[in-house]
Amino acid sequence: MRHLLSTADLSRDEAIALLDIAEDMADVANREVKKLPTLRGRTVVNLFFEDSTRTRVSFEVAAKRLSADVINFSAKGSSVSKGESLKDTAQTLAAMGADAVVIRHGASGAPRVLADSGWIDAGIVNAGDGTHEHPTQALLDAFTMRRRLHGAASRGKGLDGVRVTIIGDILHSRVARSNVWLLSTLGASVSLVAPATLLPVDTTAWPVTVSYDLDAALGLSPDVVMMLRIQAERMNAAFFPSAREYSRQWGLDDDRVARLPADTMVMHPGPMNRGLEISAGAADSARSTVLEQVANGVSIRMAVLYHLLAGSES
Amino acid sequence: MSVVVRGALLPDGTRTDLFATGGTFVAEEPRGARVIDADGLIALPGLVDLHTHLREPGFEQSETVLTGSRAASAGGFTAVFAMANTSPVQDTAGVVEQVQSLGDRHGYVTVRPIGAVTVGLKGEKLSEIGAMAQSRARVRVFSDDGLCVHDALLMRRALEYVSTFGGVVAQHAQEPRLTIGAQLNEGALSSELGLAGWPSVAEESIIARDVLLAQHVGARLHVCHVSTAGSVEVVRWAKARGIPVTAEVTPHHLLLTEELARGYDARFKVNPPLRRDEDVHALRAALADGTIDIVATDHAPHPTESKECAWDEAANGMVGLESALSVVQAAVVDTGLLTWTDVARVMSSRPAEIGLLAGYDTPFAVGSAANFTLVDPAARRTFAVSDLHGKSVNSPYLGRELPGRIVATVHDGYPTVLDGELVDAETVSAAAGAGSNHG
Repeated sequence: MRHLLSTADLSRDEAIALLDIAEDMADVANREVKKLPTLRGRTVVNLFFEDSTRTRVSFEVAAKRLSADVINFSAKGSSVSKGESLKDTAQTLAAMGADAVVIRHGASGAPRVLADSGWIDAGIVNAGDGTHEHPTQALLDAFTMRRRLHGAASRGKGLDGVRVTIIGDILHSRVARSNVWLLSTLGASVSLVAPATLLPVDTTAWPVTVSYDLDAALGLSPDVVMMLRIQAERMNAAFFPSAREYSRQWGLDDDRVARLPADTMVMHPGPMNRGLEISAGAADSARSTVLEQVANGVSIRMAVLYHLLAGSES
Repeated sequence: MSVVVRGALLPDGTRTDLFATGGTFVAEEPRGARVIDADGLIALPGLVDLHTHLREPGFEQSETVLTGSRAASAGGFTAVFAMANTSPVQDTAGVVEQVQSLGDRHGYVTVRPIGAVTVGLKGEKLSEIGAMAQSRARVRVFSDDGLCVHDALLMRRALEYVSTFGGVVAQHAQEPRLTIGAQLNEGALSSELGLAGWPSVAEESIIARDVLLAQHVGARLHVCHVSTAGSVEVVRWAKARGIPVTAEVTPHHLLLTEELARGYDARFKVNPPLRRDEDVHALRAALADGTIDIVATDHAPHPTESKECAWDEAANGMVGLESALSVVQAAVVDTGLLTWTDVARVMSSRPAEIGLLAGYDTPFAVGSAANFTLVDPAARRTFAVSDLHGKSVNSPYLGRELPGRIVATVHDGYPTVLDGELVDAETVSAAAGAGSNHG
């Protein structure tokens, strides 16, 4: 694996291998000295064209725990905001000797363009591109599910037979796309629930079932309920009538949580709109994996950087 | 200047010699003529492009009238209609006259400026249509291409106003609200790639509205770059009802599909977007049965930096003049859908008729203007940057094998392309000047 651009590129074996490396990395976090010398002398650039403190910090911690040098190159206040192109930025980073570039970009496909361009020879990690994909988020979600289900016996396992329901703005969600490909590769069955306006126009080729009725979907007692963030700008573009109506029809409120089986996980990629797509009760309950997802994010990103930069040599 | 062509095949297959002198075909072989050996070559009437972006004035980093004219000659064209989205916009007599005179001076092709329908292409107020029609440029085609005249009342008025002098409105059919931020044909692929969809209904609904408006006011309508199977159905229905509508398809919509966007390579970003395989086949069939009248290139040059970037940030458009005939040959001639006689119709006589361009109705006839091109249909080439002659290289065909090659082009009786190479600008300009001195 030279780049991580899309979870659709991962085979089942590759995905499980990454999750297993992440298990090893998670063990590092429990040590007194939370650091490995693996990527000493390597340079990882966080190239963020969009603000995302959470994801950037997660990658930064991951790289530092592997002893890599980390350069944060954010678009704001840099030459990028003065009109420098992706090409010029990439060539600049190449000249500086970046070994891996973690890219967050508002345009779908920007990491792929970078990887195919020949402007830079570094490994490219997609840290979220437009409304396309967010592969490390899906990996950390899968990792979180596997740990909840299998605990210390997680290594080597997929997610066979696990029933995952993803709810919310599927149309604009890079998290949803990456999860659909990855979870089905790992053997899970995925269903999507959303208002028709927030579903992509054609998902017939996706390995999912699609429905519009949240209560009916929750009535099937899924193993995992994954809530997606509703962005404020959607409310002004006629995707649904009002936040109130959305919340009532597609929000995970206390009543709906109460009807779920006790072992159903509630996941959210964050940041959450409490009271809109998820109630405080649901977000803070024991079934919620929100904080585990954040912690696991570091382990997954360590695994990805390790696999890209050291995996081929070992 | 006199030209003699030996042994060319006319589109209908008859083998003949062609004689031209003083800008027109003559019956007797002129003396002292430039002789072109056309053994094995097909002579087509000079190609006419109803939809070219020459970019001058305002965007000379992408193309100029001269460079676009050279690209056109290299592609076998002898006349192009220059779209109005220049800067300043071609919405006044002054600008269209400037574009026309640049074309005349360079002489590679006849340049016919298209006038904007609305001031500044803003879609708010009719531009000085009458003044442009009465100017030295005698504009007959009006279009806001790049943008849709989406206001129904404004479109109705434009159709009525232009009809008074027999002109035509060429509509870029794109409902703007349905295509906010649109990047790619809306469907399974846009869903997967996470690119904002450009739904076919946004094109089809405007065409449906406009053919009804054209019927209501009794005016001619031309539809630019039809791209969907549904649009073909609407146009077919309109023609069956006797509505005076004509339609064009681009070469790229006859050959390429949306699948090429899978790698986010912005060379394949165009508006309207590349569609599905079903659409490509419907468009080919429509061109063959006459539902779609013509092929027009929508030649849209852009500088490299406008394409070397993320898909969302890239400019829409492809250059197409140099590749047009080869792509048409690959898509509809070599597949048996169109004959070379049909090609002569859809790429020369019919676009000239729609654009009210004289001199293309009786090609090769003694007394007609000597506009023609010689093509070697048996040639095959891997299309390369060296095949491009404009300023921009945003061709979707680079590296693709294409059939056919333009060997010579003759405009108003003087060669602009010989032995597959452009004649130099000074020679062409001098020949054009000599021709106009003769009157």
